[in-house]
Amino acid sequence: MTPPARSAAGAGALVRGIAVVVPVAFLVAFFAYPVATILGRGLWPDGHLDLAPLGDVVGDAALRDIAWFTVWQAALSTVLALAVGLPGAFVLARYRFRGRALVRALIVVPFVLPTIVVASAFLALGVEPSLGAILLAHVFFNYAVVVRVVGGLWAHLDPHQEEAARVLGASRVRAFTGVTLPALRPAILAAASITFLFTFTSFGVILVLGGPTRSTLETEIYRQTAQLLDLRTAAALSILQLVAVVVLLVVAGHFQGRRAVALGLRATAATARSVRSLGDRALLGANLALMLALLGVPMAVLVARSFATANGPSFGFYRALGELRSGSVLFVPPVEAIVNSLLFATVATAIALMVGGLAAFAVVRHRRGRALEAALALPLGISAVTVGFGFLIALDEGPLDLRTSWIIVPIAHALIAIPFVVWLITPILRSIDPRLREAAAVLGASPRRVWREVDFPIVGRAFAIAGGFAFAISLGEFGATLFIARPERPTLPVVIYRLLGQPGAQNFGAAMAASTILMALTVVAILTAERVRVGDIGTF
Amino acid sequence: MARRMILRLGWAVVTCSLASSALMAMALATAAETPAGAAPVVSAHDDVTLTLVTHDSFAISKSVLRAFTRETGITVRVLPSGDAGAALNQVILTKDAPLGDLLFGVDNTFLSRALDEKVFERYRSLELARVPAAFRVDATHHVTPIDHGDVCINDDNAWFAEHKVAVPRTLDDLTKPAYRGLLVVENPATSSPGLAFLLATVDRYGEDGWRAYWERLRANDVKVVSGWEQAYNGEFSAGEGGGERPLVVSYASSPAAAVYFSDPQPANAPVGTVLDTCFRQIEGVGILRGTEHPRAARRLVDFMLSRRFQEDVPLQMFVFPVRDDARLPAVFTRFADIPTDPATVPPSVIGTHREQWIDEWTDTVLQ
Repeated sequence: MTPPARSAAGAGALVRGIAVVVPVAFLVAFFAYPVATILGRGLWPDGHLDLAPLGDVVGDAALRDIAWFTVWQAALSTVLALAVGLPGAFVLARYRFRGRALVRALIVVPFVLPTIVVASAFLALGVEPSLGAILLAHVFFNYAVVVRVVGGLWAHLDPHQEEAARVLGASRVRAFTGVTLPALRPAILAAASITFLFTFTSFGVILVLGGPTRSTLETEIYRQTAQLLDLRTAAALSILQLVAVVVLLVVAGHFQGRRAVALGLRATAATARSVRSLGDRALLGANLALMLALLGVPMAVLVARSFATANGPSFGFYRALGELRSGSVLFVPPVEAIVNSLLFATVATAIALMVGGLAAFAVVRHRRGRALEAALALPLGISAVTVGFGFLIALDEGPLDLRTSWIIVPIAHALIAIPFVVWLITPILRSIDPRLREAAAVLGASPRRVWREVDFPIVGRAFAIAGGFAFAISLGEFGATLFIARPERPTLPVVIYRLLGQPGAQNFGAAMAASTILMALTVVAILTAERVRVGDIGTF
Repeated sequence: MARRMILRLGWAVVTCSLASSALMAMALATAAETPAGAAPVVSAHDDVTLTLVTHDSFAISKSVLRAFTRETGITVRVLPSGDAGAALNQVILTKDAPLGDLLFGVDNTFLSRALDEKVFERYRSLELARVPAAFRVDATHHVTPIDHGDVCINDDNAWFAEHKVAVPRTLDDLTKPAYRGLLVVENPATSSPGLAFLLATVDRYGEDGWRAYWERLRANDVKVVSGWEQAYNGEFSAGEGGGERPLVVSYASSPAAAVYFSDPQPANAPVGTVLDTCFRQIEGVGILRGTEHPRAARRLVDFMLSRRFQEDVPLQMFVFPVRDDARLPAVFTRFADIPTDPATVPPSVIGTHREQWIDEWTDTVLQ
């Protein structure tokens, strides 16, 4: 071995060490320890283990029904989101058309919208609370997950592989199922897992759009913890939730199979093609029409309402947003709320990319990487109430007493965003074809140049997508922070909730205006993330 | 070769991380300083920071809190912590390491739990002399009343005028055929006004009769939604969502809010209150046991009962002050009627039966 190679090996061990320790420490401190503490309060009430509540819960027919409903509505939502989202992922990954970047940014918007605002748009469109409304809303919120997670890999797949299969005599269907689908499998499983976990722990959608008779494990844990203070039942339900999530992750891991094959990834510019045939046009048109109907129309309702003042279309509600109760504590002008939102989102994104990036690296390099990957996904599937209340009673001393600090908010957001980062980056890290790098090196590229021109354009894009999601998750405050003490800095969603909590046309209109601003902010953030340029490779 | 590349990627991530870690370390450092606040200095001018834990609906003018700081040297940090139930439960669970110095937002429906769990210090403010006895729900003086809100049926005045139907006057009226399919209520399991309205019917029909009343309401096609926002902004015909039901469970202050938050403000309130259907929620503040600043906390309680704070309450939270000499803003005196004889149920009775009543209500109305 030459000396540089040896030092590289030593550095490699160090990097691997850091890559494991940081994510594990983060997960233990901000998830495992708080959750274990709150479960302990319920199951070790006076110093000895009492598993009776588990038996009570399992023996309670009503709770069994709730658990069963939770699982099947999430499974159904996931199947629907995949069915609707996969064709969307294809057209946005493969076709080059005017406005593509904008469409890709727009589909993420639902992700940040407060449930209550979406529900009001759905109600205005005649969607009554029902099972159908729950499924529709779940597809609305998770469409972007499927399109972006699967599309992120799809855009890099070398289309020549499928073409080669066709040249060798495979039918179009066979070429797709034999070549493309296996290559996409890790991304599809990741998207399905995320969607399942999100819908499994869905809270606002169930309460608002499910009607008063439907409840899930999540809404029941909320009731037991936040309303009834019955920690025993809540702990038993949380364990049920945990078991279901672990089973799901093990199954997903099993289907993911062994190490994915190298796929011969290409920069996106090389894989996209223009819309040529009639079939192309029909496919693209149908998907765009679907996006418009499913996502565009409800969003348009909100935008239209934000301008519909009593005196006709005007910016009146936007002005009102700056004036309404502007001198109140916890009630700030929109500009300030925007700044707060951006601040939290930036910190949350930084934490998520750091911890998630390191974890992705560890997942690929370690034999037990899969376990880490699954463990990092657990926060998505555990009740926000359990985690939030766990923070309160666990993080109460020493340097970890963050209960009333603002940093707890971005940490909670990061907890939800990290699985996205890991799941978006690992399939791509795994499948970078080593021969691509070797070829570049043989042609005389320095290692630095190989990294810059081969790896980074490919992984960098996944980072950007993951960062965009992390940012959007934080902007939208996806319930993760509903149950932790918030600092005195209201974000846009908080302002929206507050406005909708009082009667009056001005409050309602201003809430719609704030929602519209939130949407615009999301589009700008995603477009910016997409446009980050790397060296002379161009947009990745 | 591939190993080397991935290694480089690893280093890139590590470098990025270091930058972020620095950011986090800074955040942690500042975070560690804030919760405890400055050391208590005992003087006429207490130079301390109090943390006031509240529910998410808390609001007060910044100028009012600033005036308090000017007078006393005490800074108030407000810590919103979920809805009223969640905020109280958080305080109960953190008894041994309190989240703050005071909790605002314990109402008569949660009072007995707060007292049973012994989370508050006893304090009897001299300002209570100006608070009518009817509002002093806690005879043990752990919770000091600050405001009251009355949960009532609201009606859409235009709808009743247009359809030439008389506005209902009593709870009994709501079960008559003329009002079939007109009322939307909130689920008491998930909504605080929903629970208050259930309690109004418990008070009116007694522990043995309220289920029969709800059976009649159900037969008259009452609609149940999970929260106030969906009821008022979604289903109520005078709300902003263009709903179809002209009767909703909301607040006695809703007519005033509907006028105040309109541009231009109408001469007549679009919404009315059915005064015979109300339940009174009385909301208070308590000093958390274990506070390091009991003296400053007492001064804040006194201040919250002062005219300055009390007169700021209506337009901030759309509830009524408890102090008898607090002047109401014009929009309240003109548009918000206060029920003279609202329903009340003793907090201890609510505490004992809350869960059972909610379960029975669910069986009666939703099954």
